[in-house]
Amino acid sequence: MRTIEQYLPDYSFFAGLDADALALIAGCATNVSFAPGEFLLREGEPANQFFIIRRGRVAIQVHNPASGPMVVDTVDAGDVLGWSWLVPPYTCLFDVRAVEATGAVSFDGRCLRGKCEEDSRLGYALMKLVTQVMLGRLTAARLRLLDMYGTPITSPVALSPDVPGATHADLD
Amino acid sequence: MQTSIERRSPAPVGAMVPRLYRVADRRQDTADTFTMMLEPRDGAPLEFIPGQFTMLSAFGVGEVPISVSGAANVAGPLQHTVRDVGAVTHALARTSVGQIVGVRGPYGTGWGVADGAGADVVIVAGGIGLAPLRPAILEVLSHRQRYGRVVVLYGSRSPDDLLFTDELKRWENLGVEVLITVDYGTSSWTGRVGLVTTLVARAGFDPRSALVLICGPEVMMRFTAAALIVRGVPPERIRLSVERNMRCGTGLCGHCQYRELFVCLDGPVLPFARVSDLLGVREL
Repeated sequence: MRTIEQYLPDYSFFAGLDADALALIAGCATNVSFAPGEFLLREGEPANQFFIIRRGRVAIQVHNPASGPMVVDTVDAGDVLGWSWLVPPYTCLFDVRAVEATGAVSFDGRCLRGKCEEDSRLGYALMKLVTQVMLGRLTAARLRLLDMYGTPITSPVALSPDVPGATHADLD
Repeated sequence: MQTSIERRSPAPVGAMVPRLYRVADRRQDTADTFTMMLEPRDGAPLEFIPGQFTMLSAFGVGEVPISVSGAANVAGPLQHTVRDVGAVTHALARTSVGQIVGVRGPYGTGWGVADGAGADVVIVAGGIGLAPLRPAILEVLSHRQRYGRVVVLYGSRSPDDLLFTDELKRWENLGVEVLITVDYGTSSWTGRVGLVTTLVARAGFDPRSALVLICGPEVMMRFTAAALIVRGVPPERIRLSVERNMRCGTGLCGHCQYRELFVCLDGPVLPFARVSDLLGVREL
């Protein structure tokens, strides 16, 4: 059976890190599993972990008193979950719930923060990796704000002369 | 390289005269989207290639360009999947079985599905964009042995807005890799929530040779194409369905002019490499 240190390079998030960095990171990692419905993270709690999802799916959700939990994103196998561990005040901003039986590697954020403080090269490398994940999620979130599929003008087959507000509606 | 989607279609004789079709059946797909099954009054079936559109008339109200959503080269009614978003489509939505609508066309270029023979085929749909891609998927599945892996990446606004849900399962059972994501999920939704572009990195296909067909909102197509190129897909293997103000369908009126292109003739399906510069031009 391979150790965590041996299989971390399988995940693109860690691509580019050298063996020393991987050994340091693996030293803060443990394998974990979650049953469907179990929470990995809770809004407002200290953000002292992040995860690589190895199998299954988790939902990032926010509770809306009017409608109950709303899922704002999902994270699947191979993806990284969590960046609040790296950014003060180290507090979880959303709930994260296992949608399916989920296996993950859990990284101790406090342990890694300490190592990053001691080794700025490792800290910068990890910060760049986490920033890439953040950039991807931020871009996706911004595009979803457009509500593309709900706006008739941008729908290809619905862009017809009878669409209110369409570029050519005034020609109708 | 000349491909099947680069040819301009000549305006057919009598192109402005709608043929009469009877609504043979009607299916409500989602709260605002329905599929009409149309049979020609004169009995002559409409020949079309996947990706083409027709001008659908609600008599007394107007005409709209709607892509064909049914299989090509198969006996049976002509299928159009329509989103009820305005006066004409609302009139079509209220049309009941037995009533008559007008059909002109088919017009425009097709997906050129055959260019994917020997390679993987990747379909990326956003929202109602799955409807114009459905004939392409059915075409690939009807000649399954000619193609490699077939992947359908589908993004929708919410689980309730997903089209052809039974068929998506059927395609999956036929070996198609179907990845679905929605913009908004409730706690009961166990599928993915996120942007369709995020599926590109997840899907199993060979980016060097795959033929990729995209249909959806223009912003979605732009970002999807960018993600595909990052994955290694050559721009000339990416095709998308562009939509502009199509009125005559025959290249006469000029309403759908897209700089040097007439979308009703040169499109709606165009190679990404041909329109990549145009997609970023404001007010075009």
